[in-house]
Amino acid sequence: MLLGKPSDISSSEITPRDDYFRYLSRRRFLKGMAATGAAALGADRLAQFAVPQAVHAETRLQTVKSPLTTTGEQLTSYYDITHYNNFYEFGVDKSDPAKNAGGLPTRPWTVKVEGKVAKPLTFDIDDLLKLRPLEDRVYRHRCVEAWSMVIPWVGYSLSEFIKQCNPLPSAKYVQFLSYFNPKVEKWSYEDATIYWPYSEGLRMDEAMNPLTLLTFGLYGETLPNQDGAPVRIVLPWKYGFKSAKSIVKVRFLSKQPRTTWNDQAPNEYGFYANVNPNVDHPRWSQKTERRIGQPFYAQRRTTLMFNGYSDQVAYLYKGMDLRRDF
Amino acid sequence: MNRTNLVLLKTLVWIGCLTPLLLLVWRAVNNSLGPDPTAEIASVTGLTAIWLLAATLAVSPLRALSPRLSWLVKFRRLLGLLMFFYASVHMLTWMGLYAGFDPGTIEADIEKRRFIFMGVATYLLVLPLAATSTTWSIRKLGGKNWNRLHMLIYLAALTAVAHYWWKVKTGVITPAPLTLVLAILLCARPILAWNRRRKARASAARV
Repeated sequence: MLLGKPSDISSSEITPRDDYFRYLSRRRFLKGMAATGAAALGADRLAQFAVPQAVHAETRLQTVKSPLTTTGEQLTSYYDITHYNNFYEFGVDKSDPAKNAGGLPTRPWTVKVEGKVAKPLTFDIDDLLKLRPLEDRVYRHRCVEAWSMVIPWVGYSLSEFIKQCNPLPSAKYVQFLSYFNPKVEKWSYEDATIYWPYSEGLRMDEAMNPLTLLTFGLYGETLPNQDGAPVRIVLPWKYGFKSAKSIVKVRFLSKQPRTTWNDQAPNEYGFYANVNPNVDHPRWSQKTERRIGQPFYAQRRTTLMFNGYSDQVAYLYKGMDLRRDF
Repeated sequence: MNRTNLVLLKTLVWIGCLTPLLLLVWRAVNNSLGPDPTAEIASVTGLTAIWLLAATLAVSPLRALSPRLSWLVKFRRLLGLLMFFYASVHMLTWMGLYAGFDPGTIEADIEKRRFIFMGVATYLLVLPLAATSTTWSIRKLGGKNWNRLHMLIYLAALTAVAHYWWKVKTGVITPAPLTLVLAILLCARPILAWNRRRKARASAARV
């Protein structure tokens, strides 16, 4: 079993010691909180926080435990999660978003709901944060580029939000559109020729699966901009590009929506994009992956079907040919 | 260029070209290769190799610009061998850290993935050039044959660029600057040759 029973320890307690120290020391450095004895664990780690990085201004979130959290994995460090991002609106280099996403205006922020719904709605981000209790959910994160992380997200099941939207029975798909403003995201046309805004989508039953997380934070704090602030989707059994960031619009549709990477290269990025070690990307094998934050000789590990979440999601794809609908 | 300056400059080229490697080793020892060390090693070695390839191709056109730059040719072999060295580390990175030295995986990669096919093709094209880089080889082959063989570098430049473009995602244009530089260096050759012929004709006409 990859997903355990409700764990009775919070995500901070299952953080490996050195990562937890980074987490603590960062908080101490920025907020003057003393983490007693932590300095003894490795003062060299502090060096990376002593260099001014993007100003860290995340707010602590009230969270509850979740039975849907993944156990038995070493968490990827906060530093790596926030400095190794694919967010092409802010540059194509993995280190670009951390440098460039500072200008993303995350307040005021609204999410518009339209399409096949009883009536179009607009949600304010602060209301969304209060809609349901925020859960700590550790998920494995597998990028289509064959690297992976383990991230302690904060959010609640997207299904809770969808219930508030009153979709019509004709709604078969849901589309997510990301924030796009070339004045703020001037890198979007510099390094790439992509049709913006970023668009992603799911089949309704996938969207309603409890693992599908409407995500507001990580490591117990609000999302940093480069990780898709203020609200994003997280789909642990799909390649990372399915998990749209900085969402401003949710559309309910009767037909499968166009999605950004599928449009760019349909032979490389399928609409479903389920993590599948048996279906190679045309340019590399998906049988193995590189775990981020490990030394170069210890990165390689086996990729699991549906990223290890088969028990929760395999039923969604019964009878489908996953080689064709990859 | 006098001998002292030449030795000094050669030393600087050595240091400059080995810096990316020394930095990689230093960072590997300190475990500071960033979040994805494997990709970092592949990227640094690949980029250094491809830019060194551009540097070797820059020697002839630059020399043609002015007779005062003729000493540049003394650096071409060094640059070429350093390029080959980085290309070798790059290949080893792929075979070891990506394919785990598994012959089946390596074969499948070459067979199925055109960017890897192009990368391996590039390596196989520059391999005989590195192997015949000695003065002994030039004498053995004869200047004409040696020159003919070393024309393979032009093909290697093309396959290297294809390898780079096919590696990045569709829509990503980071290989553009290198492509432009190589295009200029390759186009410079027929243009400079035509210019030389024109001058030769003009001087012949004067006589």
